[in-house]
Amino acid sequence: MSNTEIEIVVEDPTAPEADSPVVTSVRVVDVTVSLLLLVLAAVLGFDNWRTGIAWDSTGPQAGYFPFYLSIILAGASLYGLVAAFRSRKEARETFVTRAQLRRVMQVFVPTLLFCLAVQFLGLYVASFGLIAAFMRLVGRIALWKSLLTAFLFTAIMFLTFDVAFDVIMPKGPLERAMGR
Amino acid sequence: MEALGLLMHGFAVLLTWKTLTLMMVGLVLGIFVGVLPGLGGPNGVAILLPLTFTMDPTSAIVMLSCIYWGALFGGAITSILFNIPGEAWSVATTFDGYPMAQQGRAAEALTAAFTSSFIGSLAAVLLITFLAPMISSFALKFGPPEFFSVYLLTFCSFVGLGREAKHKTVISMSLGLLLAGIGMDTVSGQLRMTFGSNDLLRGVNFLVAVIGLFGISEILLTMEERLALRGHAAGISLKVVLKVWRELPRYWVTLLRSSFIGCWLGITPGGAIAASFMGYNLAKRFSKDPESFGKGRIEGVFAPETAAHASGTAALLPMLALGIPGSGTAAILLGGLMVWGLNPGPLLFVEHKDFVWGLIASMYLGNVVGLVLVLTTVPIFASILRVPFAAVAPMIVVSCAIGAYAIQNAMFDIWLMLGFGVVGYVFKKIGIPLAPFTLALVLGNRAEDAFRLSMIGAGGDMKVFWSNGLVGSITTLAIVLLFWPVIERVFAGAGRLMRPAKA
Repeated sequence: MSNTEIEIVVEDPTAPEADSPVVTSVRVVDVTVSLLLLVLAAVLGFDNWRTGIAWDSTGPQAGYFPFYLSIILAGASLYGLVAAFRSRKEARETFVTRAQLRRVMQVFVPTLLFCLAVQFLGLYVASFGLIAAFMRLVGRIALWKSLLTAFLFTAIMFLTFDVAFDVIMPKGPLERAMGR
Repeated sequence: MEALGLLMHGFAVLLTWKTLTLMMVGLVLGIFVGVLPGLGGPNGVAILLPLTFTMDPTSAIVMLSCIYWGALFGGAITSILFNIPGEAWSVATTFDGYPMAQQGRAAEALTAAFTSSFIGSLAAVLLITFLAPMISSFALKFGPPEFFSVYLLTFCSFVGLGREAKHKTVISMSLGLLLAGIGMDTVSGQLRMTFGSNDLLRGVNFLVAVIGLFGISEILLTMEERLALRGHAAGISLKVVLKVWRELPRYWVTLLRSSFIGCWLGITPGGAIAASFMGYNLAKRFSKDPESFGKGRIEGVFAPETAAHASGTAALLPMLALGIPGSGTAAILLGGLMVWGLNPGPLLFVEHKDFVWGLIASMYLGNVVGLVLVLTTVPIFASILRVPFAAVAPMIVVSCAIGAYAIQNAMFDIWLMLGFGVVGYVFKKIGIPLAPFTLALVLGNRAEDAFRLSMIGAGGDMKVFWSNGLVGSITTLAIVLLFWPVIERVFAGAGRLMRPAKA
């Protein structure tokens, strides 16, 4: 049996270092999120109160159900806030280290740029750009491989969605020039 | 046996070349997303959902459910060969699966995993076949108060029985219910929580949220980790398969026990993870030789896999019969049903017989085809892991964007998806569970309608939820489950008081 076994080894040259300094603890994030949720609950609660939380001839008004939900949300967030403040365990837990944050940003920033590009250049051009640039710059994969993969993937997506299934995607100048 | 006849009819619906091809495509895609790091059942189904928008509902659900079976099978591959559980419920599989692979018995472990998944699913599908029609015909008599009490039961059991901090489950759930309420109010036609924005008028689409929460956030989380991996590749020969299958009858107690646990926990929301651990632990406890667990014992693969798959499949039972999903993935499938214009719930069995029985038949067929497929193609799929993540990540991002946009043809939804991606990332890291959020978002409007209709019917009297034996007992059960942790503590405290000397 064992002679048919092959090891599969994949290296990760840009892996985050284990001893990277901590950016923030779980407690800080937990407190921030609880505060944000509390604000959200207040805003939504106020809006629903304006819509009407009382009863009229047709039964409960539109704001009734969501108003009480915002109160539940506010209550739970308040509890969460207190619990997070008092939690020693969460203060010791790392939310993210600097190296990890850098890696996360390496995906998040390109994704953000991609969404912007979709709005102006259309989805297919943007996805070609994202895949090629990401593979080349973040993955350090050979330029021709990156370009080829990006082109093939985008072409397959275009053929599947636009041509075969008629699912229309945002389009930009290139598609217009091609007359589609 | 009316069910049998209808099931046969379901098979007849399925046995066309088109459906069988879709099934294979779905399974392959499913195994693919199951094996890839950072993807899995719910993510895969959410991302690939847009592919099915232009299909007829039966083909679409067959393909989607096959993606789901494929992802479940795929999760086992990475757990055993690389010690990387693709899903939380595959964690228990790594305990004995990976040691087996290290001892050069990877093929055996994989065969055991696939076979026991198959057995687990089969047990749950049998349960669905016979129980779902009964429950749904019973549920046809439900009025709004009954439905609301069932929704309440679902929400409360998440809070009371979930393992996360209670307030975090409540946050996640109330947030989901609130977001579901954004847009036009279905009863009065009034606008709510839109703040004058035209984009919010449509409301927050469930699938957009899911694609962001599961797809995008998972990419962000995966990047944080070291992506290097080292594992074993294995081919499965017919000899090994037959050897494992010959051993199978010896473990019938374990298989039966795990199937039962899986079915039971699958019907109650959020059970698959608990089921796999419980299956494993019970097998260990009842074993004559518990020491050998964790060192590469085949029973340690059988037990969790059977339970996880039984529960993953059984989660579809409440979805089909009552319109209440038992798991995150079931919730996404439910979202799909609504996109195709089908209204999940008991009426589905009456109005769309073809569809329901087609789906149930596809569970049988999909599992058989899936078993054969994975047994023959493991080496190919294991090598998918060689594809660098830097190539996979942007492709997933693009697929997510396509999916989010396709649902309502709105650019705003792509931004919304990105926002949910960040929210999902933060929530996962601070321990706010996403499953209750998903469930609340998909059930929110119907729960609210049921509540308001029953309030209107009763003139605003809360007693309507205790107006007859059925609705009363469901509501009471819901409240008991909500306060279950407190009740449990009180009982334990009382027990201690009764016999203080012994403690």
